[in-house]
Amino acid sequence: MKLTLGPVLYNWEPDVWRDFYFRIADEAPIDTVCVGEVVCSKRLPFYQDLIPEVIDRLIASGKDVMLSSLALVTLERERKQTASLAKGSDIVVEVNDITALKHVAGRAHAIGPYVNVYNETTLAWLVRNGALRVCLPPELPASSIATLAKACSDVEIEVWSFGRVPLAISARCYHARLHKLTKDNCQFVCGKDPDGLSADTLDQQAFLTVNGVQTLSASYVSLIENLSDLASMGVRSCRISPQTCDMVAVSRTFRQAADGALDPQEGRRSLDLICEGIPFSNGFFNGSAGVRYRIANVLR
Amino acid sequence: MELICPAGTPSSLRAAVDAGADAIYCGFRNETNARNFPGLNFSPEELADGVAYAHRKGVKVLVAINTFPRAGAIELWRRAVGDALGAGADALILCDIGLMSYAAERYPAARLHVSVQAAAANADAIRFYMERFNAKRVVLPRVLSVSEIAAIVREAGCEVEVFVFGGLCVMAEGRCSLSSYATGLSPNMNGVCSPASHVAYEEKGGAVVSRLGDFTINKFGKEEPAAYPTLCKGRFRTEISTGYIFEDPVSLDAATLLPSLRKAGVTALKIEGRQRSRAYIENVVRSFREALAALENEQPISERMLEAISEGQSNTLGAYRKTWR
Repeated sequence: MKLTLGPVLYNWEPDVWRDFYFRIADEAPIDTVCVGEVVCSKRLPFYQDLIPEVIDRLIASGKDVMLSSLALVTLERERKQTASLAKGSDIVVEVNDITALKHVAGRAHAIGPYVNVYNETTLAWLVRNGALRVCLPPELPASSIATLAKACSDVEIEVWSFGRVPLAISARCYHARLHKLTKDNCQFVCGKDPDGLSADTLDQQAFLTVNGVQTLSASYVSLIENLSDLASMGVRSCRISPQTCDMVAVSRTFRQAADGALDPQEGRRSLDLICEGIPFSNGFFNGSAGVRYRIANVLR
Repeated sequence: MELICPAGTPSSLRAAVDAGADAIYCGFRNETNARNFPGLNFSPEELADGVAYAHRKGVKVLVAINTFPRAGAIELWRRAVGDALGAGADALILCDIGLMSYAAERYPAARLHVSVQAAAANADAIRFYMERFNAKRVVLPRVLSVSEIAAIVREAGCEVEVFVFGGLCVMAEGRCSLSSYATGLSPNMNGVCSPASHVAYEEKGGAVVSRLGDFTINKFGKEEPAAYPTLCKGRFRTEISTGYIFEDPVSLDAATLLPSLRKAGVTALKIEGRQRSRAYIENVVRSFREALAALENEQPISERMLEAISEGQSNTLGAYRKTWR
């Protein structure tokens, strides 16, 4: 099982963003690293100039690198950003919106978790069109993942395995709205919440996380206890999505669990400590409400 | 501009035809369409009857097969494509790449429309569906301003259909798993959002609490009407404030924008609400037909034409107004 580090989804300070990837390059047992802005096109200019040095450092440490495209493309600026990903370098582009397919025509590319790949016909079409790897939508249950991995054995199937799960994307910025600002004049208030802003129920039950135009779960998905299931289905890569916790420790835990060097329950206990009490979920994988977490066939 | 009207039942279909629709959209009674609600939708026979009725009056019928086929079960969706065309449908409204490629290859004469569920939000994405699957029309996601729509019409060279009235998704359609996170059932996979099967209302200390799955979505005081707990229209608590953090419980009403939408080059106006009653649909369709007639005669659209339908509910122009974002 390979490990893929997804792109940073939050608005991190440029130095923090760069140092995060440098540490991943130097210390994390990760095979592929995604770099780029998926959530909000307004954030990119802050760290755009740092991308080349981050990519160089990752490649020098033996990691494969992918450039992730924006998930929702409406503005001209966003179309240009999407087009520019495939220009001037041969780094593999991860397509997160159909918009980007035009720009990767004729070259190897990846399909990211924001493209709707729910069935084998769609998967086969994308593979014929040049996709080498596909990170499936996080909503898919194990039964669909197994069917898809079996149907297309010549593509590297990846599954969302750690981190808050993206649930929705909008033209409206909810960070701006909460601060009584509009998106065009947002003052980048999302930068105050490097792990997202908690949106709880009125009963103060943890529920959702606001990240600008994106809405994620409050829970971190964790499939650390399902790694042998994933491997037997033919899944070849686990996606680990950056949070503010120690991602090197998270990736080491996944690496050990995937290699059988760490018992799955031990793995969960390690993640519990690393994530300091954030609730886990694996309900989507188990075909139930996404928020649920099932340990060894028993509902918690 | 064409007026595209919803029908959840055969009687609503006839009512919408009689009230002045140019086209009706509807779906089959299963998970192949995004309004898979109990007691709604059509059997293949009912659809054939509905199409015959509509065609006699010069009205088209568009069939929505706009969920994403489940892995290992795509036959159900393929059968829906065959059944819709067999019933005489004038177009199929599709969102899944695999299903579109199947329909385009197997039925090259069929007219394909790109569903709002495909979230094709710019000219590059729209041209993808036109070039690869010969799609003729796109239903735009509710994330664009009127000027952006005008630019898309100019550049994509495709018929454009936009929502003007009814329920409002505030998230990009076809890319939202909020409902399945709380309930296990999603628009993309099951054709439902915040399903009634998972809704509960509880009385608690003089307040009505609405719940979806295990989560409180809203609380209402004595004087407040208890709205349906659609997840993105709930009240939530953050460290900044508590309230409707995504959107108030409002509906879309873009009637006042009809002149600008026409100017933008929009081909068709869509009314949401296949789950609505026959009387509601009749009323809304009639009002919009009257407003469109006024527009075509270069008359102003009077408030009176539309006040009957917007009475008692809060409305928004949604993303059509740029500051909504």
